Amino acid sequence: MADPKQSARPLSPHLTVYRWQITAISSILTRITGNALLASFVLGVWWLFAAASGPEYFDFVNGILTCWVGDIIMTLSVLGIWYHFLAGLRHLYYDAGKGLDIPTAEKLGWACVIGSVVLTILTIVIV
Amino acid sequence: MRYITDRKRAEGRGASGTGTYDHWYMQVSAVGLAVLTPFFVYIFGSALGGTYEEVIATFSRPIPAIITGLMLVFGLQHFRKGAQMMIEDYLRGFAKKFWIVTVILFSYGVMAAGLFSLAKIAL
Repeated sequence: MADPKQSARPLSPHLTVYRWQITAISSILTRITGNALLASFVLGVWWLFAAASGPEYFDFVNGILTCWVGDIIMTLSVLGIWYHFLAGLRHLYYDAGKGLDIPTAEKLGWACVIGSVVLTILTIVIV
Repeated sequence: MRYITDRKRAEGRGASGTGTYDHWYMQVSAVGLAVLTPFFVYIFGSALGGTYEEVIATFSRPIPAIITGLMLVFGLQHFRKGAQMMIEDYLRGFAKKFWIVTVILFSYGVMAAGLFSLAKIAL
């Protein structure tokens, strides 16, 4: 930025004494999950590409995605996609001008966090 | 500090002119992806862990192939715009340009690789 005023005063927000709110956490988590999902997409495409390439290469990539490390990554991906899914729906609701008062917004934040865990467990059970 | 008016500091750094379109695109793709996601998670999750033959059989069927294709195109376009928005928030100058270009090219690369694989399996 052009010429921000240099000053020795601490600038807001004072991160060391900042009390985090669920609304702020759930907002930044949307961005984190959305960007992290690129890694999931790359892995998924790699796996599809392997399936298109033939059985030997597929076995190699499939082995990586279904070993315990792959299982953890895929489970986190499911958690990420459900979180982003719920937070996205919340964003559409906000964009419609609704749910913006503080009590409702805080409830929606918790709904995203808890809902994504519930949906992930459901996914593991069903799939 | 340079003696420059607020107006001069702001000039030339104005709106991209496409913000409304970007926002609308994110809303439309969000609705589309919200519909696709449950189906996609079910299809992909069921296919993962299967044998080679089972995986080929799954993605040879029209519905799983179409949903996966839509997920690739819409998902990566949604990612590209979302990531660009993040870069524009946090980075300035050359770094901003560099990462925006990288994200756009990478998104299309992943999309192309995914669609090629899907086409090869499904057709």
